[in-house]
Amino acid sequence: MIRLENLTKTFGAAGSGITAVDRVSFEVPEGEICVLLGPSGCGKTTTMKMINRLIEPTSGKVFIDGKDVTHIDPIQLRRSIGYVIQQIGLFPNKTVADNICVVPDLLGWDRKKSRTRAAELLEMVGLQPDTFMKRYPKELSGGQQQRVGVLRALAADAPVMLMDEPFGAIDPINREVIQDEFLRMQKTLRKTVIFVSHDLDEAVKMADKIAIFRAGRLEQFASPEHLLSNPATPFIETFLGTDRSLKLLRLVQVADAMLTPADTVRPEDPVAKARDLMEKSGHPAIIMSNGDGRPGGIILASRITGQGSCREAAEPVRATVPVKVDLRSAVALMFTHDMPVIPCVDEDGKLQGVLTYRSIVRSLANSKIAA
Amino acid sequence: METLQFAYDNLSLIGSRALEHIAIVSVAVSIAVLTGVPIGLAITQSKRAADFVLYLASMLITIPSIALFGLMIPLLSPIGYGIGYVPAVIAVILYSQLPIIRNTYTAIADVDPALREAGIGMGMSPLQRLRQVEIPLAMPVIMAGIRTAVVMNIGVTAIAAYIGAGGLGTFISRGISQTDPRQLITGAVAVSILAIAVDLFLAFVQKLLTPKGLATGVAA
Ligand SMILES: Nc1ncnc2c1ncn2[C@@H]1O[C@H](COP(=O)(O)OP(=O)(O)OP(=O)(O)O)[C@@H](O)[C@H]1O
Ligand SMILES: [Mg+2]
Repeated sequence: MIRLENLTKTFGAAGSGITAVDRVSFEVPEGEICVLLGPSGCGKTTTMKMINRLIEPTSGKVFIDGKDVTHIDPIQLRRSIGYVIQQIGLFPNKTVADNICVVPDLLGWDRKKSRTRAAELLEMVGLQPDTFMKRYPKELSGGQQQRVGVLRALAADAPVMLMDEPFGAIDPINREVIQDEFLRMQKTLRKTVIFVSHDLDEAVKMADKIAIFRAGRLEQFASPEHLLSNPATPFIETFLGTDRSLKLLRLVQVADAMLTPADTVRPEDPVAKARDLMEKSGHPAIIMSNGDGRPGGIILASRITGQGSCREAAEPVRATVPVKVDLRSAVALMFTHDMPVIPCVDEDGKLQGVLTYRSIVRSLANSKIAA
Repeated sequence: METLQFAYDNLSLIGSRALEHIAIVSVAVSIAVLTGVPIGLAITQSKRAADFVLYLASMLITIPSIALFGLMIPLLSPIGYGIGYVPAVIAVILYSQLPIIRNTYTAIADVDPALREAGIGMGMSPLQRLRQVEIPLAMPVIMAGIRTAVVMNIGVTAIAAYIGAGGLGTFISRGISQTDPRQLITGAVAVSILAIAVDLFLAFVQKLLTPKGLATGVAA
């Protein structure tokens, strides 16, 4: 757990200097990722560096697990905190393995143990240890260097990590990949992480809590959902942008927004039954389910003509959406396939519910109320 | 032709003079490394100290070697070393300070601040940082300073023949006093060849000492 209490840093003479961080207080519970977010120069890096005492605060305190960091020897403190610097900063004279093992070596770990650990870590991010252990940083691509930078911070298994724009110097596609890798590792590692970013999408994706900074002040400290649906100040509202509700889509799973139980009809049912059901529910379409529980077709209210069985009226299902994905992907599928109603399926392809534009809007509105 | 004949007839003498020459330069530069590198490291802590020390070292190097030898005669005579090997070594130590201190200082000061910060942030002590990061990265530039010192002082040592320090300069001084171009040319050419050979050797050592990850064109 990390707690900041009225943390303040003024560079230059007191009174005339600039206050880079101004009375910031917040708390990050164990195992959570807190993203410090804000425009350039708002004090994110300065705040972070006061945690591992690379910068001494002008006033205020930092506690890690209840202990005031100024009571810990700075060198011991830093060895107990994983640190990823903004510029990657791999040592060019050391191999990848030696870079990863810097802190274990400083701590005097058994060499064999630390190199085995380095190999395991490399494996976790999809870098073949046999190929990469002996390489030098300049023989790596930017994305590989960034991965090694993160592994170096993980190597000594410190419970706390400070990451200053760790995925900054990398193209958007690879950034998504690394973010996913990190989140996957975090699921098992459960580190307490302070993560600096100035990318809102990254923050929404990574954070349990987002701390929004403006000119050294903490403007809002909240979960991504809460932040997106209840921005506290006009500044934050502008910062989040007009498309913030679209960002919110990322945070809601299909499973939480779909309509259940889904009305279904059988192929042998008369279309009249489908029409009745749709009139009752107000949905623009209904799913025709096969005997095995999988969606077999879709009947659109606008296309129903006269009599016959559902089998004749149904159109093929052009797409289904897994219940595990987020609403953004679901909406993308609905747009691409021009489906006002999309069946939601589990891993076996069995129908679990349906998603309509209206149900999406409603679930976004709900998250606003809940937040 | 005559010169070649002379050189050929005196090969063993040239060899022993060259060894004297190398002895002066290598002993002196080794001592200069032991003083210059720590001074260069120390002055990275204070810009003012750095300016002062580098200024002093630059002053030293502007003193003509003949004048320096002349100055040392009265200073060292009381302890019996007014001329010969000792003042030659001292002169070379003094002249070596500037290239060694300056290169050490700039190399360390030029280490990417991000790497320094990474080292501090991961909990390296100042000495660990120096040993694991800063010195390895500065090594090529420090070695370049040592090379400069060696090559420059092979020339200075040639002049030390005038105060009886021996070395290849003896051929030159005798050549001048006896108006014997054969000795003069032999001495001059031998000094040049020695300088080039030693420089090539040190370039090789520099390559050995350069961390693998820094060398250009490492096999991927
Ligand atoms: N050592 C320093 N001396 C004086 N001013 C500083 C120093 N370090 C930072 N500042 C100032 O403090 C403010 C906050 O800097 P900081 O590096 O924390 O910003 P940041 O939020 O990390 O920005 P970025 O997103 O660009 O990295 C800036 O105005 C900066 O100019
Ligand atoms: Mg920053």
